[in-house]
Amino acid sequence: MSTPLLTIEDIAVELPTPRGNLRAVDHVDLSLQAGRTLGIVGESGCGKTMLSRAILQLLPKKAKLSGRVMFDGEDLVRLAPERLRRLRARELAVVFQDPMTSLNPVLTIGTQLMETIQEHLELDASAARKRSIDLLAAVGIPAPEQRLGQYPHQCSGGMRQRIAIAIALSCEPRLLIADEPTTALDVTIQAQILDLLAREQRRRHMAMIIITHDLGVVAGRADEVAVMYAGRVVERAPTQALFKRMHMPYTEALLAAIPKLDTAPHTPLPAISGRPPDPTRPLKGCSFAPRCRYAAGRCHEAKPELKSAEISGHLYACLHPIRMTEGIGA
Amino acid sequence: MMQLAAREEPLLNVDNLVVEYGLGNKTVHAVSGVSLQVARGETLGLVGESGCGKSTLGRAVLQLRRAKSGRVLFDGEDLTAMEGEALRQMRRRVQLIFQDPIASLNPRRRIGDIVAEPLVIAGVKDAVERKRRVHDVLSAVGLDPDLVANRLPHEFSGGQCQRICIARALVLNPEFVVCDEPVSALDVSIRAQILNLLEAMKARFGLTLLFIAHDLAVVKAVSDRVAVMYLGRLCEVGPSEQLFARPAHPYTSLLLQAIPVPDPDVRPAESVATGEPPSPIAPPSGCRFRTRCPRADQRCSAEIPELRGVAPGQFVACHHPLA
Ligand SMILES: Nc1ncnc2c1ncn2[C@@H]1O[C@H](COP(=O)(O)OP(=O)(O)OP(=O)(O)O)[C@@H](O)[C@H]1O
Ligand SMILES: Nc1ncnc2c1ncn2[C@@H]1O[C@H](COP(=O)(O)OP(=O)(O)OP(=O)(O)O)[C@@H](O)[C@H]1O
Ligand code: SF4
Ligand code: SF4
Ligand SMILES: [Mg+2]
Ligand SMILES: [Mg+2]
Repeated sequence: MSTPLLTIEDIAVELPTPRGNLRAVDHVDLSLQAGRTLGIVGESGCGKTMLSRAILQLLPKKAKLSGRVMFDGEDLVRLAPERLRRLRARELAVVFQDPMTSLNPVLTIGTQLMETIQEHLELDASAARKRSIDLLAAVGIPAPEQRLGQYPHQCSGGMRQRIAIAIALSCEPRLLIADEPTTALDVTIQAQILDLLAREQRRRHMAMIIITHDLGVVAGRADEVAVMYAGRVVERAPTQALFKRMHMPYTEALLAAIPKLDTAPHTPLPAISGRPPDPTRPLKGCSFAPRCRYAAGRCHEAKPELKSAEISGHLYACLHPIRMTEGIGA
Repeated sequence: MMQLAAREEPLLNVDNLVVEYGLGNKTVHAVSGVSLQVARGETLGLVGESGCGKSTLGRAVLQLRRAKSGRVLFDGEDLTAMEGEALRQMRRRVQLIFQDPIASLNPRRRIGDIVAEPLVIAGVKDAVERKRRVHDVLSAVGLDPDLVANRLPHEFSGGQCQRICIARALVLNPEFVVCDEPVSALDVSIRAQILNLLEAMKARFGLTLLFIAHDLAVVKAVSDRVAVMYLGRLCEVGPSEQLFARPAHPYTSLLLQAIPVPDPDVRPAESVATGEPPSPIAPPSGCRFRTRCPRADQRCSAEIPELRGVAPGQFVACHHPLA
């Protein structure tokens, strides 16, 4: 196996709040190779965005970060600001849920694209313009030349997300982080955007992290999936293994709670009772224990560490894992 | 056209409803001639992309937005013709639950007062009686009245706020509730709790529901029948299972294909959806879906497709429906 492009080691992010320190990310390890897609799933507030911001070194100022983020042999946490800026401009790109986060409302689409391109790729104006048009065409924008003169508010949500993706791809990044890129979009547009990301990822051999709370989004599109709960990665596996032989009760519960198209109407959903723990309170034992139907004595005392399962690359953090033997639940 | 079977009694009958908004000197054609019925005791799901007019239809049914033309018959009476006291009396029987539970609760009022408000408006003067009914309905939605009644909305999570909204909608014992994307803003785990709660409340209080959502799987989970809207018009309506198994309208089929399925063995279909919905300010002539429809031909741009039956209980507005 080749060395990973990105390795996150023991990342923790704490945020000071009036109610005490909030554990947004609680000691996470992950790695990702070039050309692969990692899906990160979990409920609102579990730390997905803070983790991606920790990778990009874009955390709020007051945040306390520890651990290492190794990107192509360099630790981004300890990188000199100038070098970090260059790296972020050329090799790391990000797409947010709300495309307006990355678009400037008072500049035309053309200006924004060309500025980014010229900043990163040392092209003259006419070459940058040509490249902008090519990029807009590549992300599926009809009549790209006319779009260059328009402002973001003149475009639909789906169009804006395409433009944000075009800007993100403009510098030929080696790692693209997409944080809920389609959550705000309709299903038909969502499918178009996810296809677009997958196509560009293959073509450019990029490493990609897709963050979502929708297991459906990662099922068909990620090579590997990490499930987060209360700031931690509680299960991580190649996608097939995660969906077919999950060991973590939380993964099972999350999957079961989704309404399925092939279920008859009025079938009660196996809901997860309660809600995630308060991240400002100290935690004893397994963070999922109060909601877990398999919880037993020790779960409330001992914090389960991530352990390797039988399949290589499959890790889980549970004291009473499910589906451990061949055949069960298959 | 009556879409219900003969034995079913329509509690709600929406007849050729047209709702428009003025936008400068332009007109937004939000709902353009929609007809549908909801039988007493049933849940009708209403799906479609953002901006297709779902909320507008729901609000026009409740007379929160007046229609330009068409009728809304509730239990045989035309709500569009009602005003003043008559409308106020009728409003006790119909309620609305919104998408954003937190924003729809007044942040400065205590939960007990928020839930009691419809009773006050409806003229229930006896404070003891109000308190009893608030207590009962809070328990029904799974909240402990003694713990929550004196607290403020910000002390509650999104899921709990939606429970409070549901309690507020049910406190007057309505017959009919429009649920406008009640779970769209909630997490998967909380979403299942609220969907189960709505189903339980429906059974317990004998409710009839119009359930609006853009997630087809969510809609199917709770609906007896489903209506699909596109750009202000009804495309298709039919029994949930049948509609999902054999969609007759190309747009229904497209929506079904686009859903990401949480199963790695199901390869996502290459997105067939060509382009995006046009503007409701200048909707396409003929069939409004024709600019994205793989089956569109000359006739589709010339002639508006009328709703017609294709199978028992299933109606479609398309010149070239799928077999
Ligand atoms: N600027 C901030 N200051 C303090 N706490 C914050 C801040 N931003 C996020 N948090 C908290 O950090 C935790 C992790 O938040 P994060 O945004 O990473 O979650 P997420 O998994 O991305 O959720 P979502 O699905 O809602 O986007 C949450 O408890 C959140 O309330
Ligand atoms: N007050 C208003 N003034 C002008 N146009 C409006 C107004 N409210 C809604 N519209 C427009 O009417 C159309 C229908 O909107 P509506 O909110 O009913 O759609 P929807 O199907 O509920 O969408 P969503 O899924 O985003 O909630 C849209 O084009 C919308 O922009
Ligand atoms: S450790 Fe215990 S409480 Fe936690 S997920 Fe496993 S069985 Fe459930
Ligand atoms: S009427 Fe024509 S354009 Fe409209 S859905 Fe049917 S085939 Fe497509
Ligand atoms: Mg986030
Ligand atoms: Mg709406």
